[in-house]
Amino acid sequence: MFKPSHFAAVVLFALFASVVFGITQRQTPRAMVRYGIYCFVLFVGSAVVLSWIMFFIAR
Amino acid sequence: MRYSQKGMSTEPNKIADAPKESQQGFVYLPLIAGWLVPGAGHFLLRKWGRGALLAASILCMFVLGLAMQGKLYGGAHDILDLLSMAGDLGNGLLYIVSRVLGLGADQVQITTADWGSRFIVVSGLLNVIAAVDAHNLRTGRKS
Repeated sequence: MFKPSHFAAVVLFALFASVVFGITQRQTPRAMVRYGIYCFVLFVGSAVVLSWIMFFIAR
Repeated sequence: MRYSQKGMSTEPNKIADAPKESQQGFVYLPLIAGWLVPGAGHFLLRKWGRGALLAASILCMFVLGLAMQGKLYGGAHDILDLLSMAGDLGNGLLYIVSRVLGLGADQVQITTADWGSRFIVVSGLLNVIAAVDAHNLRTGRKS
């Protein structure tokens, strides 16, 4: 059984979703790569920010 | 008013410029093939690189979901189950074969299994997006 940490699961999810978003939502290869990286950073970044917000709410 | 932005996948002027030959034949074949087998729609259109990346991403997400003991939704007891099953069905043959082989957990009992279930649902939704993209390529809405 595969048991990743929460952060590893977030990174894997962001990676696969960003690849599909990049390829399907843009026309040129350059725009695809840029949009894929943009989505990946937003996915992981928002997860980290929300995690810290929940951490301080829970204290 | 039509919204369009430079670099977006479906610019209106691209629709008008679509070549005539791209409108001939069964235009829904890449859509159906892409739904049944991840990346197959792009392979039919000879977009090898895009198809391989899409297939690898969707397949990895689905397999990791199963490896995390994710649940394959087979029946709908409430609205959330129904939506999850709709997402799972987006995986096409992957879902059907996995159900026949009895893969996936019967019940979600640990946190990792819940993440796995979401991985499977989202891989199905991503596969639908990829299949629609293949259809757009086929009809000339996207190049």
